[in-house]
Amino acid sequence: MKTLPLRQLTTGKKATVVHVSAKGELGRRIRDMGLIPGTEVEIVGRAPLRDPVALRLFGVTLALRNKEADFVTVEVVEA
Amino acid sequence: MSVTYDGTEANDGGEAYEWHHTSPLLDSLSQTPRIALVGNPNCGKTTAFNQYTGTHQHVANYPGVTVESKEGFSRLDDARVLLLDLPGTYSLTAYSQEEIVTREALLPKDDKERPQAVIDVVDASTLERGMFLTVQILEMGLPVVLACNMMDEVRKAGTVIDMNLLSRRLGIPVFPVVARKGEGLDAALRAAVAAGQGEAMEPLHISYGSDLNPVLMEMEKKIVHANALLDRYPPRWTAVKVLEGDEALVAELGAYDAALLESLSAMRDTLSRHLEATLRIAPEAVITDYRYAYIRGVLRDGVVRKDNTKDRLAMTDKLDSVFTNALAGPLIMLGVMYAMFYTTFELGAYPQGWLEAFFGWLGTVVGNILPDGLLKSLLVNGIIDGVGGVLSFVPLIMIMFLLIAFLDDSGYMARMAYMLDRVFRMFGLHGASVMPYIVSGGIAGGCAIPGVMATRTLRSPKEKLATLLTLPFMACGAKLPVFLLLVGVFFQENKALVMFSLMLAGWAAALLVSRLLRSTIIRGDATPFVMELPPYRLPSLRSVLIHCWERTWMYIKKAGTVLLAISVLLWAAMTFPELDEEKARPFETEIAMLEEQIRLLPADADEAARSDLASSLEEKQAALASEELRYSFAGRLGTFVEPVTLPAGFDWRTDIALISGIAAKEAIVSTLGTAYSLGEQDPEEATGLAERLAKDPAWSKAVALALMLFVLLYSPCFVALVVIRQEAGSWKWLAFSVIFNTVLAYGVAVAAYRIGSLVWG
Repeated sequence: MKTLPLRQLTTGKKATVVHVSAKGELGRRIRDMGLIPGTEVEIVGRAPLRDPVALRLFGVTLALRNKEADFVTVEVVEA
Repeated sequence: MSVTYDGTEANDGGEAYEWHHTSPLLDSLSQTPRIALVGNPNCGKTTAFNQYTGTHQHVANYPGVTVESKEGFSRLDDARVLLLDLPGTYSLTAYSQEEIVTREALLPKDDKERPQAVIDVVDASTLERGMFLTVQILEMGLPVVLACNMMDEVRKAGTVIDMNLLSRRLGIPVFPVVARKGEGLDAALRAAVAAGQGEAMEPLHISYGSDLNPVLMEMEKKIVHANALLDRYPPRWTAVKVLEGDEALVAELGAYDAALLESLSAMRDTLSRHLEATLRIAPEAVITDYRYAYIRGVLRDGVVRKDNTKDRLAMTDKLDSVFTNALAGPLIMLGVMYAMFYTTFELGAYPQGWLEAFFGWLGTVVGNILPDGLLKSLLVNGIIDGVGGVLSFVPLIMIMFLLIAFLDDSGYMARMAYMLDRVFRMFGLHGASVMPYIVSGGIAGGCAIPGVMATRTLRSPKEKLATLLTLPFMACGAKLPVFLLLVGVFFQENKALVMFSLMLAGWAAALLVSRLLRSTIIRGDATPFVMELPPYRLPSLRSVLIHCWERTWMYIKKAGTVLLAISVLLWAAMTFPELDEEKARPFETEIAMLEEQIRLLPADADEAARSDLASSLEEKQAALASEELRYSFAGRLGTFVEPVTLPAGFDWRTDIALISGIAAKEAIVSTLGTAYSLGEQDPEEATGLAERLAKDPAWSKAVALALMLFVLLYSPCFVALVVIRQEAGSWKWLAFSVIFNTVLAYGVAVAAYRIGSLVWG
């Protein structure tokens, strides 16, 4: 199984969160929004300057800065 | 009723402490029930609140915070119900003001303010995320009614939610609701009132896994034993909060029982080390994971059945592919901003003109009724001019907030923040800073007052503060007359370029100062962006109107009252002390003589002779006014600071004008006119003043440049200062705005004057 930082996930590919390494407030906010191990995410877009990145998880679109997305490790779901 | 459902394992058992909170209100049904409305941002909670209360609502201010919550009354049969609309939040930690306010309102210090029940509004399309807040409220031990909102969208997407099953698993009443149509709201409120009057609710007991459960149980025992905060919080909740490292609660607990806190913290540290070593995560991460696991347990096996052929967000995705497209996105955004501006200021100019005309008329009427003297001067020049000036901005503010509310509710505002975040972040700001900047004059002609109020949409405190302290640098509409006057006189050859450069100078100053502030006095890491991009929705007219009216009324109330006082003060400073009889007499004698001559002119007298006399009379009157102004406190202050401002090329006349400009920037041109003995100048058409300045040897391109930059940057006007204080939450920031901005403006003006003198000779 291939794991990679969320930032590197290609647009349109589905992946499952395996680890969130952010601590403190950032970690808290990321997790509160449901980005926790086991959640399925998909990158739906990037801002015109390629940052932040827009994710889709259980029906919610969430924007995250690239730097913040680096704290989230995902595993690509094989289609 | 005990609600313990944890998806995977059974209750830990053990000697559970029976925590029953009995609210005094529960005992007397005669009192108005208190129901809190809680939910995520964009879940339609405010729409529900507006439906419940109509216009019977007001903003409830909590001391020291600028996040607002509202209170309002609703009717249920014949009884009145008090509803609290708490700020939208995703969680109940203590990281943001929204969370703290919500928590304080749910479990307040004062028992009388405790709500009997909570209506938790969730967007039914995103139940899983919405319920993250629900379980936290249930853990607090409050009776909750779940209102699954936006059911129309859910049905349209072909999704079916088994409300009965959900209700059984959660152990609370659950209702399908369409808040914008009022559907299901009555049932939810009825259930909430009933739940509030029923038995006390047992706090929800979630299992946090084999690492945390034993520690929590141990902590709970200690808390019960020490009788710590039991009258306010369920002991297990306190224990969970200690494990989460919740600063607000830890501080409260420490103040109550330092020894207890120490022993609990030690337990937490041991657990943290263990978790870090085995799982590389912190206790709070485990807590979040288990809360979501609980929710997934509740939602498993058919609570939500989706129709996989339909995508609820298909429309939103399509729109986003255009609106946030790398090329079209920024262009559309520019178009939207420009259109917004154009609408506000072109459309707003009419009612603004009517109001100005009305106050002008009122001034004339009052002036004609009253005899000459201090009372008339106070009423006309002080109060009517001052308050009229403020109220004439009301139409602009209404239109501006109508549009902002529309952009916000439609979901587009979040996209603007998303697209611009990368740029604003470089200056220590947030993508959402864009709107306040634009409103303040990022496109010349705005106004800092609605700009400061628009910073409320910023959910990150540091970025919000940096934004609202720097937005007064923008080229607001009231600074424009000064620029137009000076550019017209001294930069005739490239007017447009200079005006545009001034606007850019405003942006540059705002962004650079913000960068400076964020690396000095408002230092700190960027607040995480993590922001929801809500689906595009057509806003309801009702909520847009209510939102707009709230903001406008707030402006009228705060600005109106304060400005009345300031107007009177400024009037007094420019009127007193009155000119000595002896000094005034020569002018008055001449004026009287001229008046007499005009009166004595035969009816068939030469037109030229008459107008000659009339103009010398005006000249004399203006000379007297100028002398009076110079003699007043304001004039003396101007003369007093002259030595300081000479290096920037400003004499006492300019100084007085700038001082009066702190009251309202519109006053600069008119005061300058008075100081130059030209009588009152119409700021829109100050031809007399322009000619005068062009001829005056004391004026040059360098002085004009220095003055324009000074006006652009110096202290915000009084009304802006008042709203800055209100939004920033302290007088300290008001003082900072006055002093820092003026010092910065002074430095820039001196430099501009020096360089300008060298370049233009």
